[in-house]
Amino acid sequence: MIWPINLVKKRFLLLSLLSLALTHCGGDKGKTPTQITLTGSSTVAPLAADAAKRYETSHPEVRIDVQSGGSSRGIADTRSGLADLGMASRALKPDENDLTAHRIAMDGVCVIVHRDNPVAGFDKQQLIDIYTGKIENWKALGGPDREIVVANKAEGRATLEVFLDYTGLDSADIQADVVVGENQQAIKTVAGNPAAIGYVSIGAAVSEAEVGTPIKPVSCDGVPPTTEAVANGEFPITRPLQIITKDDPSPAAQAFLDYLKSAEIDDLVESHLYVPISH
Amino acid sequence: MSRSRTDRFVQWSLGGLAVLSGGLVLLIVVFLLLGAWPTIQSGLLSHLLTDETWRPGSDRDPQFGLLPMLAASFLVTALSIGIAAPFGVAGAVFDRFYLPPGFRRWNHRLLELLAGVPSVVFGFWGLTVLVPAINRLHPPGQSLLAASLVLSLMILPTVALTSQAALRAVPESETLAAAGLGLGRARTIFSIALPAAKSGIGGGILLAVARAIGETMAVVMVCGNIAEFPSSLFDPVRPVTSTIALEMGYASADHKALLYTAGLILVLAVAALVGWLAFRGSKNVPASG
Repeated sequence: MIWPINLVKKRFLLLSLLSLALTHCGGDKGKTPTQITLTGSSTVAPLAADAAKRYETSHPEVRIDVQSGGSSRGIADTRSGLADLGMASRALKPDENDLTAHRIAMDGVCVIVHRDNPVAGFDKQQLIDIYTGKIENWKALGGPDREIVVANKAEGRATLEVFLDYTGLDSADIQADVVVGENQQAIKTVAGNPAAIGYVSIGAAVSEAEVGTPIKPVSCDGVPPTTEAVANGEFPITRPLQIITKDDPSPAAQAFLDYLKSAEIDDLVESHLYVPISH
Repeated sequence: MSRSRTDRFVQWSLGGLAVLSGGLVLLIVVFLLLGAWPTIQSGLLSHLLTDETWRPGSDRDPQFGLLPMLAASFLVTALSIGIAAPFGVAGAVFDRFYLPPGFRRWNHRLLELLAGVPSVVFGFWGLTVLVPAINRLHPPGQSLLAASLVLSLMILPTVALTSQAALRAVPESETLAAAGLGLGRARTIFSIALPAAKSGIGGGILLAVARAIGETMAVVMVCGNIAEFPSSLFDPVRPVTSTIALEMGYASADHKALLYTAGLILVLAVAALVGWLAFRGSKNVPASG
């Protein structure tokens, strides 16, 4: 294709302006702001990002960079010093005791089925039997005569680890029909399949069900999946949302950490349908 | 004097850019090799070929089998080409020999539009429309079939548009000569036009193969991601790219090195495939061409 000459010129001009703008960006700040980097759990990241936005308006000298990529990455990055603060949506494992965890909120993981599925809840043994392939048909649970489609989370996701902790299973025991990545993919899978079962963060499940997605968050061991049940400790599958630090964080990072642990972000925690910690 | 300086400048800068873009591929391979090095060093490499499934996170029985995933990549690609190629080539023939010229432009536009749809949209459509439909036929719905159908839609415009271009490049003198000899349209298509356009159509299919193997976003949503050899079209599968997309952000240490190794093997497999097809292609082209 041959561009008319003035179009080429225009493009060139645009490009030069762009590069000018970019160089300008770099040298614009009179003094370099203090940079705080957070990486880790995609469950914590949206909350941390909202908190960071609010913190930056009251602390203009601070720039906070929040990157999601899973709890394991948050822990690895904190250990290697790539991140000032790590985010994790599970408790630390025994081999991670060189790090310190600071709880900023609680979340529950609940089981979801399709809205048309009459089954109202499961106990732990039923979940174990379903996920290990011992129960293969909804009939055995009082549902229709349909083969159960078991959706499991991909390796490395904190939600999977929380689920394995609760059921006491190893990922080698699980006989899944579908492996999904993010919460949203699990929700879409169950929404599109009346015979499916999956598990996701309570916050995501409840808010999706409220906007009319055909999924049903069901009770676990007889406890309905609500943020209240997570708050009062009745709900059986819960997990702490945590900030991870190594040794002594920098003063700026420590100040932001204190902010995250304070009651000042409780409204943000609730808007994400997580449960604030008691202060 | 000044002209030769300009020439030299153009020569060097063009040369530099060419070397850079070619060198990037080598840099990527080197980068993958570095990432995969811990696997090669620790002797986990043999597990990739002998283990039955993929379960790197298990404490009790970790498994690092890559073969079911390579098989899945190959099967999904072969099936989607198998679906898209007949449609694409037939559509191009119809476009060239039967469609009135006024409609041709529209056909072209629509195919370009299809080529421009972002892959995540195909994936979303697949997950919310195609997968529930397949689930009614045979659960779970996320399957080899779903992935192949979604992929075939995505590569169809590549095959169709390149085939159209190849058919248009067949000299009109040849088709007119065929008509002059009293050959029917069908005879002209199968004996004159298609053989003449063969290498162009083949090139288009090769492009489509490369896209199909590498496509991730749409496939990961509809393939089910179970790392086992499928026994039917309705079984879920997990291509190599899905594994990398699902786990890379969450992997560390050995697990991460294994994913790099998987990526390296995929790149080598694609390179081998492209090389083999190109070699076959060069043998098939007549000496005069």
